[in-house]
Amino acid sequence: MSDKILKELTLKIWRQQNAKAKGGFETYKIRDVSGGTSFLEMLDILNEQLVSENKEPVAFDHDCREGICGMCSLFINGRAHGPDDEVTTCQLHMRRFRDGETITVEPWRSGAFPVIKDLIVDRKAFEKILQAGGYVSVTTGGVPDGNAIPVANEKAEEAMDAAACIGCGACVATCKNSSAMLFVSAKVSQLALLPQGKVEAARRARAMVATMDELGFGNCTNTGACESECPKKISVEHIARLNREYLKAKLQE
Amino acid sequence: MNKLNAKIPEGSLGEKWSNHKAHIGVVSPANKRKLDVIVVGTGLAGGSAAASLAELGYNVLSFCYQDSPRRAHSIAAQGGINAAKNYQNDNDSVYRLFYETIKGGDYRAREANVYRLAEVSGAIIDQCVAQGVPFARDYGGLLDNRSFGGALVSRTFYARGQTGQQLLLGCYGALNRQIKNGGVKVYSRHEVLDIVVIDGKARGVIARDLVTGKIERFGAHAVVLATGGYGNVFFLSTNAMGCNVSAAWQAYKRGAFFGNPCFVQIHPTCIPVHGDQQSKLTLMSESLRNDGRVWVPKKKEDAEKLQAGTLAPNDIPDAERDFYLERRYPAFGNLVPRDVASRAAKERCDAGFGVNNTGKAVFLDFKYAIDRLGEETIRKRYGNLFQMYEKITAVNPYKNPMMIYPAIHYSMGGLWVDYNLMTTIPGLYAIGECNFSDHGANRLGASALMQGLADGYFILPYTIGDYLAKEIQTPRVKTDAPEFEEAENRVTGRLRALYDIKGTKSPDHFHKHLGHVMWDHVGMARDAAGLKEALRAIEELKKEFYRDLRVTGDFTAMNNELEKAGRVADFFELASLMTRDALERAESCGGHFRLESVTEEGEARRDDDLFRFVAAWEYKGEEAEPALHKEALAYENIQIAQRSYK
Ligand SMILES: Cc1cc2nc3c(=O)[nH]c(=O)nc-3n(C[C@H](O)[C@H](O)[C@H](O)COP(=O)(O)OP(=O)(O)OC[C@H]3O[C@@H](n4cnc5c(N)ncnc54)[C@H](O)[C@@H]3O)c2cc1C
Ligand code: SF4
Ligand code: FES
Repeated sequence: MSDKILKELTLKIWRQQNAKAKGGFETYKIRDVSGGTSFLEMLDILNEQLVSENKEPVAFDHDCREGICGMCSLFINGRAHGPDDEVTTCQLHMRRFRDGETITVEPWRSGAFPVIKDLIVDRKAFEKILQAGGYVSVTTGGVPDGNAIPVANEKAEEAMDAAACIGCGACVATCKNSSAMLFVSAKVSQLALLPQGKVEAARRARAMVATMDELGFGNCTNTGACESECPKKISVEHIARLNREYLKAKLQE
Repeated sequence: MNKLNAKIPEGSLGEKWSNHKAHIGVVSPANKRKLDVIVVGTGLAGGSAAASLAELGYNVLSFCYQDSPRRAHSIAAQGGINAAKNYQNDNDSVYRLFYETIKGGDYRAREANVYRLAEVSGAIIDQCVAQGVPFARDYGGLLDNRSFGGALVSRTFYARGQTGQQLLLGCYGALNRQIKNGGVKVYSRHEVLDIVVIDGKARGVIARDLVTGKIERFGAHAVVLATGGYGNVFFLSTNAMGCNVSAAWQAYKRGAFFGNPCFVQIHPTCIPVHGDQQSKLTLMSESLRNDGRVWVPKKKEDAEKLQAGTLAPNDIPDAERDFYLERRYPAFGNLVPRDVASRAAKERCDAGFGVNNTGKAVFLDFKYAIDRLGEETIRKRYGNLFQMYEKITAVNPYKNPMMIYPAIHYSMGGLWVDYNLMTTIPGLYAIGECNFSDHGANRLGASALMQGLADGYFILPYTIGDYLAKEIQTPRVKTDAPEFEEAENRVTGRLRALYDIKGTKSPDHFHKHLGHVMWDHVGMARDAAGLKEALRAIEELKKEFYRDLRVTGDFTAMNNELEKAGRVADFFELASLMTRDALERAESCGGHFRLESVTEEGEARRDDDLFRFVAAWEYKGEEAEPALHKEALAYENIQIAQRSYK
């Protein structure tokens, strides 16, 4: 596992003191980064450098660093989660970049996700959409045995595909309309596919879509950009299912 | 007076929990509405507790340091969750799960708690299925199971390699439903930094709003800590970057005893360290050991060539490979428990047979399983794990053996709790990984998810009622009491002191050094001399930390460096206590391996005459030594034996 060494990189990073301040790009140089270093570890190195110069480090969101918590974000060279497909920023590695390259790093840009500081944005809007109905209304206890209702293997697998969404927001950040349809459809689809969630499927679709609209996310015009930038490969087919569920709900009204 | 009363109910093992439930207090619906409960943490333990308590009618205030409850580190669990359903008809039962958990924990867990855990395990699966968790299913549409280390039956339920994620999202759904109904208010991006105790009872917390930097007060009738594990004291671990001990540590300083701090688990299958810029270690699910065979070269010169990069692993013929787990432990082979597998890897590497350019790795080879089952089957079982491995290492594990090495993974130790999950501070509870309760000296795979959800869905909501039933006369807790003032000043003072040092080195710098000391001396193998050296080194480093720390940025604003500094300060203190505890326990048991306590064959030797107890440490003040209290462990339902996986 010996990796190449990137002797010098130029980083253009968005800096913004707080939500109200006006932000702008700052340029930094960083040297001798091993290809086996992850992108966020590269930012750690930069931050150590900044601290040693008594400057304030770059603030960015991250936690698990294994591609599952959905906390990391970043637009890297104009792409959500960077140049690789099916990878979150925390799993991107520096071997993907060339020595001498200039790398531009920005926060998610969407009216629905205001910047809090530097590269950190506020994704509370996603929370509100899920609170509107992204669950099965069961209370702890008093549920049937786990094997009482068989679920066809393919349905369970398809539900799992949708359930893999990590709530990162790359779909919204990538979409020119700032639409949250892929995110919303993943949850609606997962639950509509399973007998446990089917009961409230129509109500759920209606409530989640209404909340999404209220929060100022844009309309979906089927560009498909969301799917290609989604680190978990959530398919736009789920948007089709959401549209069907939504229509059903409207017809029931 | 000895404060250590485990409050284990009377009756036979199988009757304890039902008897207890039948006799404890219950709060009426009208009174529940008047009672506030703070739940710190939104992982499987805290999330399930907060949702269930709100469903019952309590007002819940829920806290997490991430931007959303859904991101708690439970999300990262891959392998699965155990439950004694016996769906496979392989003779599983509540007793067997109980027995294997006690044995796996090397006879250092409490019988009554573990039995209850096994009893409620089945209901967890039912609950998660009802929430829409997409568990793996067989072609008949029924739930599938896999086997896991340390168990003789197949009782692990899973959702691809993302079981923790799916369970947590199920629980987060339940939480969202309560947020919408007004039963839960979530404070995300808030870090709890102290516990407020009034007249001997937990009555609130002090938290820092991580966005504004403001220190805030929150009052309640009871406080529940569900803040996860403290593996990050080692800096490198499989924990998330923000995992910390701060809330639990301050609870300790306010009077909650800390149980078995030296018991941490080292997971055998992690991706090896690549260099000194590394920030965390990535786990490769233990389920891989079902089909992967662990080996190193038989000949040292082959290992040296592999390290130098002049020989490829696939060029070593089978006869020259040492499948050391199968050799040493024929009965369990590659499926021995984690501690045994980890130490065996370290033993080979220390002896010079390790691979990778560092010599600190062993192979986990799927060639044999692929020959037997075909690549497609392996892809189906582990596809996403293989992909993750390749992303990180740029090596294709279908064609080459994986390289793995042990890493810090889980903390069995934690806040001491009684049978009701209450700490030694009345009204303060601890659930999930942050308590010490169910895993003894070693946790079996797929049992932490089970414990977190058992505590949060099915145990705490009952036991806390017993306490709250006596609190119905207590009015809403006002946060202008002098105790809140004092606690807030303490927090501000602590952070100010760090901020004002204005030295030259970052919090990460000290954290990494602390991690090295801990890994070298308080890691996989420990002895008295090394532990004493660790105590000295920790003290020295801590002095330097308080002399030379640099925290940049503003004090009252978002400031990641200040957050880190606070966490590292608490890790320093925890590190001393862990080391002290490890020194005190001069036996080998579970994850705690003392070089002085081994059999003639070099296996761990437990000492039940001297050490069959839970070590519960009491804080005695900044300058004083902590006091050790011992909770003796009685085994009335299990024949206690030296653990053997031969
Ligand atoms: C990579 C990995 C894989 C694993 N795989 C498995 C598996 O397959 N099966 C299994 O059974 N177990 C597994 N485990 C173990 C298991 O995931 C954990 O033990 C368990 O999920 C812990 O749950 P918890 O609710 O106690 O804590 P966590 O999920 O860690 O949650 C802690 C919560 O506390 C909050 N918090 C912490 N400190 C503060 C503070 N000071 N202020 C405010 N909030 C705070 C956090 O924000 C978070 O919400 C795995 C662990 C890891 C690391
Ligand atoms: S759908 Fe994909 S891109 Fe959008 S939030 Fe989910 S995981 Fe992220
Ligand atoms: S940090 Fe968790 S997904 Fe990237």
